Amino acid sequence: MSVNSSRFDSAIGWSTRPDAWGSKAIRFLFSALAVILFCGPLLVIFSGAFDHNPDPTKLSVIPDNPSLINFQVAAENKIWHYLMNSLVIAGGALLLQLSVSVFAAYALARKKFRGQAIALLVILATMMLPEEVIAIPLSLVIGDLPLVHVSLRGTLLGVILPLGAWGFSIFVMTEFMKEIPSELEEAAKVDGAGELRLFAQIILPLCKPALGVIAVFGFNMIWEQYLLPLIVAADPSDYTLTVALLALRSDDQVGTGIVLAGALLALVPSLVVYLSLQKSFLRGITTGAIKG
Amino acid sequence: MTAVQSLGDTRDVGSTASGGGAVETHPVRRRRRRRLTGATFIPWLFLLPAVLIFLVFKFIPMAEGIRLSLFEVRPFLGDIFVGFKNYATILQDEKFLTASWHTLVLAGGQTVGAMVIGFFLALLLEGHTKSLWFVRSAVFLPVVAATAVIGEIWRLFFYPAPEGFLNELISWVGLGPWEYIHSTDTSLVSVMFVGIWKHAPYDMVLILAGLAGIDRQQYEAAAIDGASTPQRIWNVTLPALRPVITILLTLAAIRGLRVFTEVYVLTGGGPAGSTDVWMTRVYTTAFEQSEAGLASAGSVLLFLVTLVLTVSVQWYRRRKEAR
Repeated sequence: MSVNSSRFDSAIGWSTRPDAWGSKAIRFLFSALAVILFCGPLLVIFSGAFDHNPDPTKLSVIPDNPSLINFQVAAENKIWHYLMNSLVIAGGALLLQLSVSVFAAYALARKKFRGQAIALLVILATMMLPEEVIAIPLSLVIGDLPLVHVSLRGTLLGVILPLGAWGFSIFVMTEFMKEIPSELEEAAKVDGAGELRLFAQIILPLCKPALGVIAVFGFNMIWEQYLLPLIVAADPSDYTLTVALLALRSDDQVGTGIVLAGALLALVPSLVVYLSLQKSFLRGITTGAIKG
Repeated sequence: MTAVQSLGDTRDVGSTASGGGAVETHPVRRRRRRRLTGATFIPWLFLLPAVLIFLVFKFIPMAEGIRLSLFEVRPFLGDIFVGFKNYATILQDEKFLTASWHTLVLAGGQTVGAMVIGFFLALLLEGHTKSLWFVRSAVFLPVVAATAVIGEIWRLFFYPAPEGFLNELISWVGLGPWEYIHSTDTSLVSVMFVGIWKHAPYDMVLILAGLAGIDRQQYEAAAIDGASTPQRIWNVTLPALRPVITILLTLAAIRGLRVFTEVYVLTGGGPAGSTDVWMTRVYTTAFEQSEAGLASAGSVLLFLVTLVLTVSVQWYRRRKEAR
């Protein structure tokens, strides 16, 4: 896997010699094509959002008539309110998800206790129950929480709480924490550190790489949620930005540019998170981080 | 399921992963008394938030869903127990049967399509140079963009008039104009296309990880034996990628069965039900026709199929590994 001048640095045998112009040209051509195919559509969102041109047939990569009017009209359609909903949900749910995962993983990875196998099985079982499968009864439960009989319908908390624990990130965190040498823990215990201090000062700081992984995956999972905010909402003002896009489009008064302005606002946070935590993201995927 | 299946050599979890410190050492003897009282209690305290959330938002809804599926749900009038009648109704309902067929076609097509495109992308973009890294990052963007966003932009591309974006493009090579998601003939294929576009770069990353683990000497050996590039790919690369491909195929297929957002955003199941899939049908039954009992039976059936598929794949893999 080392970087050497072997002909077989890649499966297809792309030549790495500086004089291999033919091979390089072909590769460049196809790479350019791939970038256009996979990024082009996203670039069109950018350009369309800043283009004062309501015609859906005149999309381009560069705005014909640059303007901010789409965002002004979108603001009249409460786009910032929807964005705020999305951001509050993303922030709240992610914070909850990270803490819950870290706590659970600490118990699963660093302790031996009665019922451990059951706990693992329970978490595994939740991964068989995605939102889609339980959507209908979940909407009833959210309307009337068991025991406390509180309704979360139409609240942001109704979206945040169900996303607060995710089996995937608990498992990723558990696997990572298992690798931490127990000598560190023992030494701290001899020094008289309590359970919480041990957790917060010894284990947690060592988990930063894994935190990056579950943060970026968690954000992605939360931002991707569609059915859940849809069924929790009591009326359209409870929608997240992604759900609101459809309502915005269905409104005859609203042109293409305004929908694209909304789409752009929904796109930018995911791009920012991905680009800033890209290494974590790719590492997460290749360590078996396959969304269950 | 399958959360932390490490892909063999591709593991690289940060710096602390090295060293063999993961061996459980015995607790210090003088802490023994505390362990007796706190050893069970404290770990469960750490697990409590997760267990509580799972209980309320996963397991209780699941149990409630199974219960509802056995009832005719009548808000304010009281539910009537009907046994397995809802299941029978769904399995004989023509719309559900059509939807299940669409779901299978869509899941299968997207899974295989994304895998093939992902494989070619991986072959194209394998390497260590900075520019290749840049291209890979760019190509990956559709994976992180939310499905709802992607749906909006593709709807505009699919504008059915001759001057629509895609129709304009394909007219350069003498094709079209097509109606894409607006015609019952092409709608399902169009939805499938968008799904492949979104998922192919994801498959690419995993296949790239698999490619990185292949021993370069095997390529050299194949070349010395006079194998051509396609032969080498077929006989060396593909067999080595088999574990990755198996994982990808099964996971994508299972995920494909519960597809909802893509279809809901792009077509809403239309036109004339030509893209209706299992989950959009369940959604319509529950929230537009207010048949919670029927819809719950639909959800439980989906769950059972997913469960059977997952368990049999696990079982098959165990059996193969054991051999």
